[in-house]
Amino acid sequence: MPEKSMRHAINDALSEELARDDSAYLIGEDIGKAGGSFAVTRGLHDEFGGDRVIDTPISEAAIVGSSAGAGLTGSRPIAEIMYADFMGLAADQVMNQAGLFKYMFGGDVTVPLTIRTVNGGPGSNAAAQHSKSLHGLFMHMPGVRVVLANTAYDAKGLLKSAIRSDDPVVFFEHMELYNREGEVPEKSYTLPLGEAAVEREGADVTVVATQKMLHYALDVASSVADDISVEVINPRTLKPLDVETLVESAKKTGRVVVADESVIQNGPASYIARRIEEEAFYHLEAPVEVVGVDDTPIPFSPPLTEAVVPDASDIETAIRGMPRL
Amino acid sequence: MPDEVAAHAEQLADQLQEMILIREFETRVSSLFEDNELPGFVHLCLGQEAVATGACWAIDDDDYITSTHRGHGHSIAKGLEPDRMMAELFGKETGYCGGKSGSMHIADVDQGMLGANGIVGAGPSLAAGAGLSIEQSDEDRVCLSFFGEGSMAEGVVHESMNLAGVQDLPVVFVCENNQYGEMTPAEDQHNVDGFEARGEVYDMPAETVDGMSVQDVYEATAEAVERARDGGGPSLLICETYRYHGHYEGDPTTYRTDEEVEQWRERDPIDTLEASLVEGGHIDEDEIEEMRAAARDRIDEAVQFARDSDYPDEEAAFEGVYTEEI
Ligand SMILES: Cc1ncc(C[n+]2csc(CCOP(=O)(O)OP(=O)(O)O)c2C)c(N)n1
Repeated sequence: MPEKSMRHAINDALSEELARDDSAYLIGEDIGKAGGSFAVTRGLHDEFGGDRVIDTPISEAAIVGSSAGAGLTGSRPIAEIMYADFMGLAADQVMNQAGLFKYMFGGDVTVPLTIRTVNGGPGSNAAAQHSKSLHGLFMHMPGVRVVLANTAYDAKGLLKSAIRSDDPVVFFEHMELYNREGEVPEKSYTLPLGEAAVEREGADVTVVATQKMLHYALDVASSVADDISVEVINPRTLKPLDVETLVESAKKTGRVVVADESVIQNGPASYIARRIEEEAFYHLEAPVEVVGVDDTPIPFSPPLTEAVVPDASDIETAIRGMPRL
Repeated sequence: MPDEVAAHAEQLADQLQEMILIREFETRVSSLFEDNELPGFVHLCLGQEAVATGACWAIDDDDYITSTHRGHGHSIAKGLEPDRMMAELFGKETGYCGGKSGSMHIADVDQGMLGANGIVGAGPSLAAGAGLSIEQSDEDRVCLSFFGEGSMAEGVVHESMNLAGVQDLPVVFVCENNQYGEMTPAEDQHNVDGFEARGEVYDMPAETVDGMSVQDVYEATAEAVERARDGGGPSLLICETYRYHGHYEGDPTTYRTDEEVEQWRERDPIDTLEASLVEGGHIDEDEIEEMRAAARDRIDEAVQFARDSDYPDEEAAFEGVYTEEI
């Protein structure tokens, strides 16, 4: 299979879906002529024109709000918000608008809206307003699906499904994964929303990991393989969450670590841990261990960033801290 | 014009000195960034020095400003020290924010500098808040709010101008129209013929100013500040200017032509002021060279200070999230 960067895989997914569905369009800041702040939409403006790849003023609320309205009236908008941090300006349009319409309006309407945005950036020392992982905020909103781009393969297959979904989806990419390459089939494919992937099989410890943490977890699993057999699970989508696959693995290994770059407190990893503890309680050797950011903004200075943002060594410490290995 | 210069020659020479310092700071940051000595990313205000200097010249030490991601000039003009700014850019513990903030978030609330800001359009709302504090405590202060023309597309900027208007807050909104928001020209982002309309609609005095002229910016700001202190409420200034470098350092700037940059450079705020001060016999070339040398020395020292400073201790990373540990 050919290797592609995640950036390239996402670009392919967008191009294929624009070609497939005339009601789909892209909208965002500098996504058209400039090809995107991170070059993800490069070439699409030339290919599909300014009516379907729309550059906007710097107006996140209008980008997402107009997309909610367009979704309600027969279009399939794909909005880009440059950094997840800027979703703060558009949060109302998701939590009080797009996410509620289907339910509030009696169940018959659909809002086939996808918002692509970008987590992370601590590794590029972009500091507190350009580094957060914020999928947890949107997991908290009824009516909204939450999808993560963790590998190039996932990114393409999941984004296509997100676009085809008739519910609003917030699709989180990751700044430090755009250049990472992975195998991506030539032929068109989709991946279902709600199915986790077992990326590596193991017997002693399960690590459930997202985005950059997933790649760290796979590295750690190889490096400790002589001592400890680690199973690595990629949850792929957080809402819906494939609890069954996670629980099955937890029952097999009896030891679980969840690693995610969000704030731990009230965050995605804590929620995943609870679901596993709830359903695999009698099979666990210990409470689920959670790796993430400990209730702290992301600082600028490199040594501070390293202290706050979890990395491979934190995952390894959590694995080695599991009892009776 | 020569009379104008003569009438203000001394102040203009001081303003020139400050603009030269800002330019030296930015030029040095550009090369440090290129040499990979600075973490993160930086947005420079080369070409826009007259706006920062002219506007801040019209306020006092105890007045406030809010700034943007392109904030180094505003900070220097508000009286922040280049050495602690540079240390912040290096992520060192001696920086204004102890290394926690970097270029995009430099702040010194004690000096009235309420922060550079990584969120486009956030500054004006904070400025309205400073205006409310001033009103609540019956003080004589004002707040200048710097923001780019691109951020005029954010709803919060309009909400803040409207709030300042209905509450008669002592805020001067200083819009720097450097012609682009990121890679997109201003005219593609705003369906408006000149930005004054954006102030008039909130019934506040609005004026377009030559942002390449420190004297023009100073005079317009001084008038707006006086009005604000007298209870006349907010004003909007549109300073027409240009950023010589890309949106961020490393931006290939494919969206504009070299000729366009050249045309603006011909109106350079530092070169033109130097020329008219020399022409009027107010300063000579040697004095200008001294100013440049002084700025170079000061920035050399700032870089040395930053290099010699330590990184913060790891524990500092978790301190200062709340007023007391929770
Ligand atoms: C809320 C938000 N949206 C988008 C961005 C990304 N961004 C950073 S600077 C910028 C352009 C701002 O243009 P302008 O306000 O004119 O300031 P300039 O960069 O020209 O000084 C954009 C879109 C951001 N930082 N915050």
